[in-house]
Amino acid sequence: MNEIWFLLQLIIQGLAIGSVYGLVALGFVLIYKASSVINFAQGELLMVGAYVCLALLTTFNVPFWAGFLLTLAFSVVLALTIERFVLRPMIGEPVISIIMITIGLSLVLKSFVSSIWGVQIKVFPAIFPQAPIKAGQIVVSQVYIYTFLASMVFLVVFALFFKYSRLGIAMRAAANSNQVALSMGISVKRVFAVSWCVAAVVSAVGGILIGNINGVNITLSAVGLKVFPAVILGGLDSVAGAVLGGLIIGILENLSGGYLDHFFGGGVKEVAPFVILVIILMIKPYGLFGTEEIERV
Amino acid sequence: MEHTQPTEQVTEPKEPILSLNNIEVIYDDVILVLKGMSLVVYEGQIVALLGANGAGKSTTLKAISGILKGEEGKVTDGSITFMGDRIDNTDPEGIVRRGIFQVMEGRRVFDDLNVDENLIAGAHTRNSRAEIKQDMEMVFEYFPRLTERRHTLAGYLSGGEQQMLAIGRALMARPKLMLLDEPSLGLAPLLVKEIFGIIQRINREEKTTILLVEQNARMALSIADYGYIMENGKIVLDDPVEKLRENEDVKEFYLGLSKVGEKKSYRDVKHYRRRKRWLS
Ligand SMILES: Nc1ncnc2c1ncn2[C@@H]1O[C@H](COP(=O)(O)OP(=O)(O)O)[C@@H](O)[C@H]1O
Ligand SMILES: [Mg+2]
Repeated sequence: MNEIWFLLQLIIQGLAIGSVYGLVALGFVLIYKASSVINFAQGELLMVGAYVCLALLTTFNVPFWAGFLLTLAFSVVLALTIERFVLRPMIGEPVISIIMITIGLSLVLKSFVSSIWGVQIKVFPAIFPQAPIKAGQIVVSQVYIYTFLASMVFLVVFALFFKYSRLGIAMRAAANSNQVALSMGISVKRVFAVSWCVAAVVSAVGGILIGNINGVNITLSAVGLKVFPAVILGGLDSVAGAVLGGLIIGILENLSGGYLDHFFGGGVKEVAPFVILVIILMIKPYGLFGTEEIERV
Repeated sequence: MEHTQPTEQVTEPKEPILSLNNIEVIYDDVILVLKGMSLVVYEGQIVALLGANGAGKSTTLKAISGILKGEEGKVTDGSITFMGDRIDNTDPEGIVRRGIFQVMEGRRVFDDLNVDENLIAGAHTRNSRAEIKQDMEMVFEYFPRLTERRHTLAGYLSGGEQQMLAIGRALMARPKLMLLDEPSLGLAPLLVKEIFGIIQRINREEKTTILLVEQNARMALSIADYGYIMENGKIVLDDPVEKLRENEDVKEFYLGLSKVGEKKSYRDVKHYRRRKRWLS
């Protein structure tokens, strides 16, 4: 019977972390759908968000909500700057150059952060109540529950935005076809910029949530890498798929960590998502919900 | 057909809403596609622009709507004037805001958006939510078939429904001038007739001026007031449709009728006038 409780506990924790992956994956897919740019700096946006919020809360003693909103505002400004000055000049350049640019950007952000804040792990002031909750024999820290709820709130807000707002509809239209969107008078440049803003905002939220659980240091950017298995599982061009992919990766990673770590002496959690990634690529290269690319000869 | 091109004896004070003066368009900096293309559209008219595949009809429309730039194309000479203003350097957003809306070739609906959302995307440059709602009802009046499909993804519509949606989406922008690129392409004859009937109604009831590009010359000339025939990047003939329909060459080459009135196969149709093709 103990086994079941242990399993449930792993699943609940996995869901919480997975919901954050899903949120970050949403940002990644948004940029990809709008502009076909694969953003290798997604994890660094997350790390920067976490550091900025941490600095506001600890160094400047700003109350949490103000610090949180200021961090989101900072992310928007950062995203607009990156989009305008780094990516826009690259429109029309080969995909590989654009990928190199985002990799370069990730390195710049990383060195920037480590030069200001160093590489030591920093503890995030607790945002949520810490006391564990017990249900049956499950014992989970409340943090996981709140993390899950917080991600869900953001996911629902964005879902409503894309479904009902005119800008959201215009963004989906542009993702469907830039050229046709242009012929409707939709400013595709603005759509790219807004995609980057949303991506930076969800990443910052993700960074704060995960930083709150694991502490903040430079390795937070690795979450960006875990988003790849999530989006590839969901299909690179499906927002709902990416979110679901995030949840699944979160759960699988926690389960493999929970069950396999003592066989391998730890670290399974870090590797599992990529093992899953390889397996997905072998059996379902376009993901669960992705569009199959039609090869024209 | 009630509208006719103002000729010398008609003193109707109609304004040219659009004029292309000797424009030249080059793709990829080297491929010259439009070579001194000129055309005038008067307010309230339906003007047909006819020509064989590759003549440069779509390029002409893209030059007007400004989406040429996205395809590495450029207007390198001449001018485009809309309601008295030069628009050849205006971006697509500015063009739509001024009242020109292009319905692109090949029923380019947003597949992943449902019918309602496609229409909302068409109204992107407009502000009043109430008006947008009202105009959606207008679109469903013109295209009652779309009514039951409102929540269906556009990708799942039939070809005819997609074309209706593409035209309806254009209506949502309330354009003064609608550019239609081959609305008959790939549709069954009955459907083409229905759609052309609606285009004519839109022209009359919404007072929308229409520039209609077609390969289906017979259909286009049946609803247009004035026609231009384009070949190899420029206009080779233009006249009111009544005259065009009587023109022997047009009959032979574009309406597929030989002098005795029998159908000719399209394969036998030669170019209207032979010209050297420097590039194509
Ligand atoms: N994006 C482009 N780049 C280069 N050449 C093009 C492009 N689009 C069209 N062309 C060329 O321009 C010519 C006219 O094309 P188009 O305007 O599409 O003709 P039509 O609509 O009359 O069939 C064709 O020879 C075509 O190959
Ligand atoms: Mg064409």
